[in-house]
Amino acid sequence: MTKITVNGTAYDIDVEPEMPLLWVLRDELNITGPKYGCGIAQCGACTVHIDGIATKSCQVPIGNLEGDVTTIEGLGTPEALHAVQEAWVEHQVAQCGYCQSGQIMAAASFLAETPNPTDADIDEAMSSNLCRCGTYPRIRAAVKAAAVKLEGV
Amino acid sequence: MGRIKTIARRTFLIGSAAIVGGVAFGYYAYKKPITNPLLDDLAEGEAAITPYVRIDQSGVTIITPRADKGQGTYSIQAALVAEELDIAWENIQVDPGKPSPAYYNEKVVAEGLPFAAVDDGFMARNARAFGGVIGKLIGLQVTGGSSTVPDAYEKMRVAGAIARETLLLAAAKQSGIARDQLKTKDGSVILPDGTSLAYTELAQTAAEIDPPSEVTLKPESEWRYIGKEMPRIDMLAKSTGTLTYGIDMKLDGMVHASVRTNPRIGGGVNSYDDSIAKTMRGVQKIIPITGGAGVIADNTWRAIQAVNAIEFDWKDAPYPKTSSLMWKNVKSSLKDDYRDSRFKDDGDVEKSFKNSNVIKAEYRIPHLAHAPLEPMNAIALLKDGRLDIWTGTQMPINLMQTAEKMTGIPAENIHIHAQMMGGSFGRRLEDDFARQAIELAQAMEGTPVKMTWSREEDMTHDFPRPMQMSSAWGTVKDGKVESYDLAIAAASTTTSQLSRAGIPAVGPDIAIVAAAWDQPFAIPNHRVTGYRVPEMVPISSWRSVGASGNGFLYNAFLDELIHAAGADPLMERLRLCNHDLSRKTLEAVGEMSNWGSDLGVNRFRGLAFSLSFGVPVAEVIEITNTEDGIKLDKVYVACEVGKVLDPINFENQVQGGVIWGLGHAMAAELTYDDGVPEQTNYDGYESMRLYQAPEIIVHGLENGTDVRGIGEPPVPPAAPALAAAIFAATGKRIRELPMSNTVDFV
Repeated sequence: MTKITVNGTAYDIDVEPEMPLLWVLRDELNITGPKYGCGIAQCGACTVHIDGIATKSCQVPIGNLEGDVTTIEGLGTPEALHAVQEAWVEHQVAQCGYCQSGQIMAAASFLAETPNPTDADIDEAMSSNLCRCGTYPRIRAAVKAAAVKLEGV
Repeated sequence: MGRIKTIARRTFLIGSAAIVGGVAFGYYAYKKPITNPLLDDLAEGEAAITPYVRIDQSGVTIITPRADKGQGTYSIQAALVAEELDIAWENIQVDPGKPSPAYYNEKVVAEGLPFAAVDDGFMARNARAFGGVIGKLIGLQVTGGSSTVPDAYEKMRVAGAIARETLLLAAAKQSGIARDQLKTKDGSVILPDGTSLAYTELAQTAAEIDPPSEVTLKPESEWRYIGKEMPRIDMLAKSTGTLTYGIDMKLDGMVHASVRTNPRIGGGVNSYDDSIAKTMRGVQKIIPITGGAGVIADNTWRAIQAVNAIEFDWKDAPYPKTSSLMWKNVKSSLKDDYRDSRFKDDGDVEKSFKNSNVIKAEYRIPHLAHAPLEPMNAIALLKDGRLDIWTGTQMPINLMQTAEKMTGIPAENIHIHAQMMGGSFGRRLEDDFARQAIELAQAMEGTPVKMTWSREEDMTHDFPRPMQMSSAWGTVKDGKVESYDLAIAAASTTTSQLSRAGIPAVGPDIAIVAAAWDQPFAIPNHRVTGYRVPEMVPISSWRSVGASGNGFLYNAFLDELIHAAGADPLMERLRLCNHDLSRKTLEAVGEMSNWGSDLGVNRFRGLAFSLSFGVPVAEVIEITNTEDGIKLDKVYVACEVGKVLDPINFENQVQGGVIWGLGHAMAAELTYDDGVPEQTNYDGYESMRLYQAPEIIVHGLENGTDVRGIGEPPVPPAAPALAAAIFAATGKRIRELPMSNTVDFV
């Protein structure tokens, strides 16, 4: 049995230690906000927070997991949005939306570390998440807006 | 009320049918009515007013039959109905409905005919109308060709108006107050004393009323949704991880599966050894399927691990094994034996070449994969003679027919549950992955099987955009482009794709020459010839289809000619332009970008224009030539769509289309070795990342009378605009994609 904590809830799971966190979340715990896109840390659709740090969950064997996991479902809810999610809705960022859970998780962790990002900071931090629909201009704008919102918190 | 426009009976023939506890009326029909598919599933107390509106106790649901791949069509379709039906935006519910010929797509067939969008002549109009009839006859419920908005613009508003009028008549009957004393507001009929009757309370009465045979539509001045910024109905769910895509669906008792089939598509399998795979944890069963095998397991990751542990002995590819062999085929097809079309032949190019110095160039563009971020997946359940399929599809009726053929189950017992898609870009016009899920479900009767491809399976089983080659010749005289002869060779996307769907394709393939033969430029000697390369790798429609490659081929050589003439790329195009809407689009992009102004040190610009899917689009891109390579700064886009239905989603679609066009042209290609794509994941198949994305300024023009879709038209001019800017910066002509083979980007 492996003990993990996701979004504040503790779980005992019985899987092989090499199963990636992504698949434990999706298929064992039915937490489907983190998405499968590539399996090799190229797209970032699976991004979650481990102790607050944005991490590609397809690259974390469950046996190596150290820390509490937060997925997009734990960041905010439709009724109580996180500032980054609010900015995403206000800027109408998503098209297909499949990458956006990962984009939002990457942005939330980045802004926690870098409250006053420059354009270059944003470009660097957000470039390991792939968006095939091409919502990048809106992601940039939403990250900036979220930074302002978080400043006011 | 200010309702001024009467819609004639030509668009709607109205019938009615009494059903238990509700009503359904307003068939959409062409002489012989097609039944309203909502009638089949109505429960007591529900009403289905037209195939697009269903009313029950929980509210009003708008049926949005065109698939939403991320382009926001659910919101747009809902807005068109809601505008006339008069319901509040926050109360709108949508449902993709079930596949039905009632939702046929008139425009997608109409625009596939060999008449340029600028051709308004009698033959062209009649042929387009004929295309519409065929579309209905074969019940093409297709999402594609940027056709959702043109197809839905009138008919979904009419559907909303019919429903509203019927509910008003029902309220008159129920209250005893004359119809003309009644109004509607946000989902209710309002009586003169201010009492409101919710639409949901009127459904039963509406059942007994003949729907109106004519309705009037609101004038534009009264629109509250169309043309305004409408928050997309899926935005909150997509920003909170709460939207369920096909890949997220879970059913009770469901098993997880993954498959591998020969990546040499159509090659088949000699044998396989699953002795290791079947001992792996969680594996329940290994099932042979067409061209390979599938693993049934208790978890998707375990299924993928196990299917990768099967040792397959694949057969050879039924097509040339390498890209270089394929290129030989393409090149050798550029001759008369393979001629497919010559829709444009103005003046006398041959004669013009005898008198002048002929400029000549050859261009090549590679195969490209769709690679939407959500890998292909489908759930199938075969139980008690009934088949249910949950998947994202752009061709639901075709999938139903496929399923019927595969299983022998009659269509009425096959149920397609359309799922939200994590992108498509044309990929989900195919049903190959759903067929595999059905095969697995046949071996697992009674158990729902969720089949998910690994990214590698997805990349090696895409049906790519075809590789293309062009040979171009031209002359210039007195500072003007005098002749332009363009020969394009490609395999036929239409034939390849329709053959898999069991639909015959006859005649020349427009896709081979789209956005080349039909451009609005009156060059005195101008010829465009399409050559059909015999089918190699199976191919399909990729965002903007034939125009995606031809926009580059056509513009890039035109830019060479304009440069040779010593003319200005914008001014010469304006001089040659013979289509008013296109001219205005070019002028608009010139103004937006302050064309001709000094950009400063090491900064350069390029321009391109394409008319595709009836939409003229002009793009100017500004770049900086840095020491480390080319940096993309800014893109200006002017596009003419007749009516911008939602400015925010419009801008998002245009920006996405430009990034799609640029990103793939810069870095992406699919190459083949031993019949297999060499790029199997996003590390080898690059498209644009955020740091490379330019600022993109969008201007939608509304000069035209036809309302057009915008999902695809911004793609074709993006690559050639960048190539022109790179030429201005470096003097290098890019005649081969991806551009990263020629220049570096930062």
